[in-house]
Amino acid sequence: MPKLYDYVLSGSCYKVRLLAALLGVKYATQTVDFYPGREHKSPQMLALNPLGQLPVFEDDGLLLRDAQAILCHLANRYDPTGNWLPRDQRFGQVMMWLGFAGGELMAISAARMVLMLGYPGDVETLRAKGRMAMRVIEDHLADRQLAGAIWTVGDTPTIADIALFPYVMLSHDAGIGHEDYPAINLWQRRVRRLPGFVGMPGIPDYF
Amino acid sequence: MSLTKDKAAIDQWYVLGATQDFPIGQTVATWLLGGDVTVTRQADGFEVTGEGRRLPIRTHYNHLWTSFGTPARDVFALPEAEEPDRRWLYCGGVRVAASGLRLIENFLDLAHFPYVHTDILGSEEKPEVAKYDVEQRRDVDEIWATKCEFLQPKAAAASEGGQISQYMYRVVSPFNVMLYKTPPTAPNRWDVIALFVQPVDETHAIAHPFMLVIDPSSTDAEIIAFQQMIFLQDKIVLENQRPVQLPLQPGRETPTRADLSSVLYRRWLKEKALTFGTEPRTDQVSDFA
Repeated sequence: MPKLYDYVLSGSCYKVRLLAALLGVKYATQTVDFYPGREHKSPQMLALNPLGQLPVFEDDGLLLRDAQAILCHLANRYDPTGNWLPRDQRFGQVMMWLGFAGGELMAISAARMVLMLGYPGDVETLRAKGRMAMRVIEDHLADRQLAGAIWTVGDTPTIADIALFPYVMLSHDAGIGHEDYPAINLWQRRVRRLPGFVGMPGIPDYF
Repeated sequence: MSLTKDKAAIDQWYVLGATQDFPIGQTVATWLLGGDVTVTRQADGFEVTGEGRRLPIRTHYNHLWTSFGTPARDVFALPEAEEPDRRWLYCGGVRVAASGLRLIENFLDLAHFPYVHTDILGSEEKPEVAKYDVEQRRDVDEIWATKCEFLQPKAAAASEGGQISQYMYRVVSPFNVMLYKTPPTAPNRWDVIALFVQPVDETHAIAHPFMLVIDPSSTDAEIIAFQQMIFLQDKIVLENQRPVQLPLQPGRETPTRADLSSVLYRRWLKEKALTFGTEPRTDQVSDFA
């Protein structure tokens, strides 16, 4: 059975939990004491991921780090429809949004760590970057909605939506509300209605 | 930001964190009651300064406590800390954009379990809060709620299935509370789950959850993750409560029978004339005009 090295409050680990739930993939969980224990920097965890980051995913001898890479793996191996990771002209766009989700959008994660857990960092700068990232997503989704579409890429949900969803939704922990992002609000309600959807602390099912 | 002038708030002991949160040889800047506080830890102990002077220190229960004033009592007693088979777990400080009093009140509330901690601490099919007892113990100046019961699908990290959990709540000071709860593995004893709140200012607080539990099977990581999961489910609710500060004015919020512990807590705060973290009242007009 695949195994996820998991931290319950991590939006990146949640990307993996969410896609696994949507695809019906069963996996074992090993809870890592990320905070306050910093277990992800322990020798045992560094042996699994020299970057000292979560999530880490083991599957049939494969050892993977990076939430976006793990999403690709799950879709590649467990989605017979091929829609979550399309191999046609949509592929490049999905990859583009995966890079953005693991890059620019992570400013929200960093701001959240400062504000919520007291990590060092300049919260104003991080929040400004986070707002810019939210604006890029909002503009893209607004254009898509004007064209009659809803998902980030194509006519079906893809791993691009799953990679973007957690930190967009956790932005309140970074002090960024959703009042200014109507297209995001429309989109996030569609994500929540996907069969098999699961939430996480801070992304409740009841909204 | 400046230190509050509320004497009822000043004359209390406040947590600044677990002692392990402060690395030896380092100085950490933090906040308390609107004032700046500096903690320096050396190999031989702590120094806490604020308002240009050294502040008193306690290290009860491996936490660092201080006060800007002259508390009437020492840090509260916690007899379970003497029991050798308990595991001590420090869950890490979490900052919340809400009045610290709101955190305490939420901690006392049973009625939200089925809706905020769905399928964990409560289930939407069984939302009823059974009658429980509350009392103000004047000899120790504490609020107690006893004989609380709740059907819980997953009461703790070690739970294999649902159980009817017995609860007791104990508020030992305006910003410190603990609950006693039947552990899945030792039904004749009580797990202790404490919430020590460090009020940063009127609308921000740092929660320091601390557990003294009987659980021979779960890993530290699993127990801490369970507690953090529960607390972060509460955080989004706490940060969206309005007014942000706890209202003490009659009529601002309407309690139900399930809120008895909250009613007594608010009455106790009024009796202490505590105003820090409470909504400014508009019903206390002057006798003279």
